[in-house]
Amino acid sequence: MYTGLTIDPNAQRHLFALEGDGPLALAEQVKAAGNAFLAKADILYVAASAKSREAELAALNPDVLWVAPSIPVLLNRLRQNLLNAGMGTRIYVSGTEGFIGQAMKVALDLGIDFGSIRTEHQGSMARRVQCVHCKGITDDVKTSPFSCSHCGLNLLVRDHYSRRLAAFQGVCIDAEEPGTAPPPEELFP
Amino acid sequence: MTINTDMPVKVVEITRVADSVKRFRLQRIDRQPMPAFSGGAHVVVAMQDGGLLRRNPYSLMSSPSDRSAYEISVLRVESSRGGSHFMHDHVKEGSTLTVTQPLNLFPFDHRGKKHILFAGGIGITPFIAMMDQMAREDRSFELHYAVRTRSHGAYWQELAQRYGDHRIRIYCDAEKLFIPTKSILAKQALGTHVYVCGPAGMIDGVLELAKSLGWPKQNLHSERFLAPPTGKPFTATLARSQKTITVGEHQSILEAVEAAGVDAPYMCRGGACGQCETVVISCSGEILHNDIYLEPDDKRSGKKIMICISRIKGDAVTLDL
Amino acid sequence: MNIKFKEETFRGDFTFRNSPETIRRFPFPFHEDKYMYAVNMEPHVPAGPKGHAYNAPIDVDEHYVSEMRDREIVLKQDPLRCQALPHMMTAQWDTLELLMEQQAMGFPELFSLTKNGDQWRWVNKPLGIDQRFTFGDASTLPYEPMEYITRQAQGDFCIVDQRDGNLWMDAGMVTTQADWSLDFDVGMNFMEWHGPVPLAHQIGVFDRALKFLLNLQQGKPVRRLNWTMTINPRLDTSPENYHKWGPDRMTVTPENVGDKVHLRCELQSLWRLPRSNGILFVIRCYLLKMEELVTVPKWARRFHRVLRDLPPELIDYKGLTRYRPTTIEWLAKHDDGAATSPGIFPD
Repeated sequence: MYTGLTIDPNAQRHLFALEGDGPLALAEQVKAAGNAFLAKADILYVAASAKSREAELAALNPDVLWVAPSIPVLLNRLRQNLLNAGMGTRIYVSGTEGFIGQAMKVALDLGIDFGSIRTEHQGSMARRVQCVHCKGITDDVKTSPFSCSHCGLNLLVRDHYSRRLAAFQGVCIDAEEPGTAPPPEELFP
Repeated sequence: MTINTDMPVKVVEITRVADSVKRFRLQRIDRQPMPAFSGGAHVVVAMQDGGLLRRNPYSLMSSPSDRSAYEISVLRVESSRGGSHFMHDHVKEGSTLTVTQPLNLFPFDHRGKKHILFAGGIGITPFIAMMDQMAREDRSFELHYAVRTRSHGAYWQELAQRYGDHRIRIYCDAEKLFIPTKSILAKQALGTHVYVCGPAGMIDGVLELAKSLGWPKQNLHSERFLAPPTGKPFTATLARSQKTITVGEHQSILEAVEAAGVDAPYMCRGGACGQCETVVISCSGEILHNDIYLEPDDKRSGKKIMICISRIKGDAVTLDL
Repeated sequence: MNIKFKEETFRGDFTFRNSPETIRRFPFPFHEDKYMYAVNMEPHVPAGPKGHAYNAPIDVDEHYVSEMRDREIVLKQDPLRCQALPHMMTAQWDTLELLMEQQAMGFPELFSLTKNGDQWRWVNKPLGIDQRFTFGDASTLPYEPMEYITRQAQGDFCIVDQRDGNLWMDAGMVTTQADWSLDFDVGMNFMEWHGPVPLAHQIGVFDRALKFLLNLQQGKPVRRLNWTMTINPRLDTSPENYHKWGPDRMTVTPENVGDKVHLRCELQSLWRLPRSNGILFVIRCYLLKMEELVTVPKWARRFHRVLRDLPPELIDYKGLTRYRPTTIEWLAKHDDGAATSPGIFPD
C-alpha cells in the first residue's frame, strides 16, 4: 500500500507532511540521497503525544520547517501550501495510517493524483475506522471488535480501506445475535 | 466476440485543407446518427484498394456532439505504405468505406484543473475534437501548435479565430518560431495535465522535459501515430490455423494474417492497446518490437509480439494463432 | 407487451411475490450442478426464449413500480446512497441517454424518448412522468442526470471513470445492493473495491477482468451473473442497515424455508460510455423464493446440489452460514438425483 519516501531527483520543490515518527523515514532518505534536496524542502510536522522529533528535523536544516500543534492545524497549512504549489512539487507523507490518509485526502481534493504522492508508514498501527452504520469516525483504534465512539455498536474492523474517507470500514459484528461479540483483541498496536 | 459493429459509410465531402492535408466527411449509409464519442478518440477506416483491404486508424476531429457525420483529416505522406496515397488519390466524394466504433486511447483527465495541449503537424487532429468538447464543458485549456510552414499547417487559422489568441499559440518552423516548452511547463499550478501528439521526437522531447521538471507521469498523456514500419519479407507459420504465410515488405503481420483469412484480435492497429498480443512459439531471427505496449521484460523474453506493428528481422517466426 | 405492475413491499410485511411468468423468465445463474467464482463475461446481446429477462438489455419487469417506490424510501432515509464526484457530469449525461434509449427501445408501450437537437422529451407511463429538458443542462431536470434517470430504472448503477490504466468508481446509485457500501467505496479503483472477495485474487481473476474491461468497446456491452441469498425479499441489504436485516438470518426454520429463503441473482452488465469514455456498471437484482424456484424441477435439483457442495470460503463471504443447512435439507426433498440438462433455462 505504501510506496516508500524515495526522493524525486527532478522535483523543483519537495513538500513533506510528517507526523510522530515520520521523520525517521526522512532520515533514511537523507542517508540514501544526501541532503542537497533539503534546500528545496518544506517540512510540516506534528508530534505524536509521546515524543517530539522536532529537534531532529531542525538539525537537517531544511529550507522551511513548520511545526503544528495538532493534526487539523497541519492539514490546514498543507492545504495552503498545495494551493500555492506548482507542478514539479513532489509530495511526501509519513506517519500513522490515519495521518497518511488524512493528508492524502487534502491533496486528492485539490486534484492531485494519488499515484504521484510518496508515502511511508511509521509509528503505531492504530487505525481510523468509519462506522458503516452511523458514518461516525473513531480515531486510534487498536482492537477488533471495538465499540463505535458515536453510536456504541460493536464493530468488526475490516481490512477494507477508503482513501477518500481516510479510514477503514467497521461493520456491526453481532447484528445477527446482539450481545454475542467476542472480546476485543489488540490487532493494531 | 464476433459481433460486427463496424459501420458502412459514404464520403459526402472532401476538402483540401492545407498543402498535403485533405478532410473527409463521412456519413452512415443507413442514415442513422453517428455514435457519440469522447475527444481524442479515433476510428479504424477500412478501404478496398483493388485486391488489398487496408485498415488505417484516424483521429476523429469533428465535434463529439455532432451526430450527423464524422470528419477525419489525412496527411499525404510520401514514404507511407500507401494508405494515405489511397485516401488522397483514389477516394472520391461518393466512395464507400467502413469505419469501426470510436475508440479512445487518448482521453483527457476529467479531474484536470487545466489542460495544456502540444500539437505537431497532423497531430493537431485529436485536439480539435478535444477542444470542442472541453469548450462545451467549460474547461480551461491552451494549445501550442507547431507547424512546418503556414501553408503546410492545417486549421491553425480556424482554431485561433474560434478560441482566441490567449488559448491558441502557433509556432512556425520555417519562421524559426519554436514552442518554449520549458517556460510553459515551469509555471503551472498543481492539477495541470499535459497532452502531446505529433512526431515521435517531439513527444519524447516534451515528456522528457516534463519529467526532468518533476511532473509525475499521471499528469502526462501522449498519442503516437505509429504506422507499421516496413522491412524485409519473412515467413510466419500460424500454429493453430495450420497455415504458413509470407509477411510482405509493406505489410504488417496482422495484415498478412487477415489476408490469409485468419481472424486475429485487434483494436487500435497502432501498437498501443494490447489487444493483438500474440505468443511467439519460435523465431529464427530477432523480434523488432515497434509497439509502446509490452513491458521491457516481455520484449526481452522473445515470447510475445504485438502483431499489428512489430516485425521479425530474420527468416521465419511461428505464432500461436 | 403491456406489463401489469404489482403493488408490493420489500420491507415490513414483505408482500413481494413473482407471478408464474416472472418465475420462468428469472435469470437463473447456474449452468451446471456446481459453482466456482469466475469472470464468465459474455456479450450482452438479446437472448433466451421470448419474454426472458435477457431479451431487453435494460430489463423492466412487473416489480418496476414497487422497486422505484422502495428506492425512494431508501434515499429519503439515507441520501448517501446516491453520490457523484464532481468530475463525473459528462458520464452522468451518457448514463441518462443510455438508460432512456434502452428502456424506450425495449418497452415502447411504456417509455418514449423524442430528441429534437438537444431538446428532449421523455415519457414514462408506469410512473406518470412527462419531462421536457435540455440534454447537457442539468438545471432543466429536477435532479442531476444520474439520479434523475436511476430513480426510474431497476437495479443499481455505478459509473466508473477510466484513467491511469485503471477503473475508478466515481459515481453511483446503490439501494439494492448485496452488502457493500457506496459511501465507503466511491472513489476506489477496481482492485480496491473488490478487496473483500475471497479466493478470486489468487486465481488472478481480477487482473484479467480489469484488462478486459479497460478494452471494453462502444457498441459491445458485456454481461455476467452474480448470486447470493437473502432472507425475506428485502432489496436494501446494505451494510448500513445490517443491524436491521442481519437478525432475519436467525429466523429460518424448516417450515418457512420456502417462503423466507430467496435466491438473489444479480445480472451485471457493463457498457462503454461514449462522451466520457467511462463505463456504466449495471447491477440488476432479481429475487426468487425457494417455493417459487422448485416449480422448475431442473432448478430445484441443481440449486440443491450447488448449495450442498459450495466451498466454505464462499459460504462465509455470501453470508449463508446460519441457514444453509436448513435450506439444503428442504431442497433435498425436491432433488430426486436425476440428471440435469446443461444451461440455465427451464426445460
